[in-house]
Formats: sequence, structure tokens, C-alpha cells
Amino acid sequence: MSIAVSTQLICFSLLSLVVIIGALGVVLLESIVYSAFLLCGVFLSVAGLYLLLNASFVAAAQVLVYVGAVNVLIIFAIMLVNKKEDLKPIENLNSRRIISTSICLTLLSLLIRVDISKVWVLASPNNSIGEEATYRIGEHLFSDYLLPFEVASVLLLMAMIGAIVLARRDVMNQDISTGLPVDQELIEKTKEPFLIKKN
Amino acid sequence: MNLESIPLQAFLITSSILFCIGIWGLLNSRNAVRVLMCIELMLNAVNINLMAFSSFVDNNLIQGQVFTIFVITVAAAEAAVGLAILLSLYRNRVTVDMESFNLLKW
Repeated sequence: MSIAVSTQLICFSLLSLVVIIGALGVVLLESIVYSAFLLCGVFLSVAGLYLLLNASFVAAAQVLVYVGAVNVLIIFAIMLVNKKEDLKPIENLNSRRIISTSICLTLLSLLIRVDISKVWVLASPNNSIGEEATYRIGEHLFSDYLLPFEVASVLLLMAMIGAIVLARRDVMNQDISTGLPVDQELIEKTKEPFLIKKN
Repeated sequence: MNLESIPLQAFLITSSILFCIGIWGLLNSRNAVRVLMCIELMLNAVNINLMAFSSFVDNNLIQGQVFTIFVITVAAAEAAVGLAILLSLYRNRVTVDMESFNLLKW
């Protein structure tokens, strides 16, 4: 794939603008649903950046996994826990904001300073593998990265079982600690929460 | 494709900004779902870095792309387990306010 330099520059600036503005929206917007959909836009633009970097396979994986799985999961979680609640005001909110913002700005300036001042030893673009990248990834996954590849499958299995165990409702008909009958109502219905501070 | 056109630094700066936005949101948001979203943002920033280095510095062996695939795998597992923990927290506390999850605070 060869695109003219100016087109590449325009694409890069558009995509990185969308990434940064979308990320700001994810963090700053009041409504969590808008944040989730903006996060989808951020993931798609990151996939576009990967395409600019000659990595079509990783871009496809990004779209499939992040937009197709993670974002849908987040939207489902929002749907399950979306309750309008008045947040309790916290004291010294302003000093917290100031401290965290200054920490982030300091980290940002450090990172940008490193990015700009370090001279990276670049490989020549002539021996770039280009469109053969997908074959090379397959070779890596089945030769020198075979063990991490297999461990990743175990990790996914553990995450699947763990998520099911953590998220399912109680199916026992009496509570182990108190002996009271467990109510089997849906979680959307009101019930007495048992970990809320009583005092 | 001629990679000299977009400098490596541009990708690095984009990912730095994305990472810092993620940290800011992680520290400041009250909603637990938003905290998980910010973690995803930070993982994406790391991925952009890995991909940029793999394409500019190591463009023949592209080990960075393999690492990115592993990071995407771990991020998917993390999102699933994180949201399951969030659901069971919500079931016990009936809130997703980060300020109310202070059982381990001394």
C-alpha cells in the first residue's frame, strides 16, 4: 500500500485529532453513555493509525476485539448499572483536582521531552516487510512466541470462568453467614444492600 | 510506503497525550465504568507506542506487532473480569461511585 505523503499527513492529523478529542470527551463528558460511544470512535481511529503504520492484521484485530467485544461489554455494563444517583460531594475536591492535574501535566511534559530529545535509530524503510506483516506475525506466534501464545489461551479461559463466577447471582437458597433466605429477585429490583455503612 | 513522511515523534507524542488523559480520568472520575474506560485508553496508548516502534525501528521482524496482539488479548480478559467485579460490587453496594468503595481504607 503506497499513499502520497500529503495524504498520509492529512490522515495522521485527522486520526490523532479524533483520538485526543475523543479521549478528552470520554474523560470529561457528563453522560457515561456518550463516553462509551466516543470510546468506540477512539478505538476506530487507533485502528486507523495502525493502518498508517502498515499493520493491517493488528488493525483488524483492534476493530474486532476492542470495538466488537470490549466496547459492547462496556455498554452492557452501563446498561446494567445505569442508575441515576446524586453523588455525595467530597471535601477538598479542588485541591485533589489541582494535584492530579499537575501530576498529569508533569508526566506529559516529561514524556514529550523524552520523545523529542531522544534520537531514535531508525531502520531503513527499504527492508520494511510491508504487507507481508501478517505472515510474519503467524511465524512469530508459532515459533518464538509459542509459549506466550498458549499461555494467552489459558488466560482467556481463566478470564471467562472468572467473569462467570463473579457476575452470576447467588443460586443458594440461604445465605451462608446469616442463614436467612436469599432473595432471588433481579438486581434491578430494590433490596436492602448489606455492605452499606449503617452509621 | 515511505515511512519518513510522518516522524516517529508524532506517534509518540499522540500516545503520550492519550496516556496522560487516561491517567487524569483514572484519578478523577467518580463512575467505576469510566475508570475501566480510562484503563482501556491507557492500554491503547501503550499499543500505539509499540506499533510505532515496531514499524520504525524494527520493521523487518515486527516483534512489536506480536506484543500488541498479546496486549489486546490481556486487555479483553481484563475488561471482562473488571466488569464482572463491577457488577458484583454494584449488587452489594447499589452504587458505582468510586468514593463509596472504601472498605480497605484505614
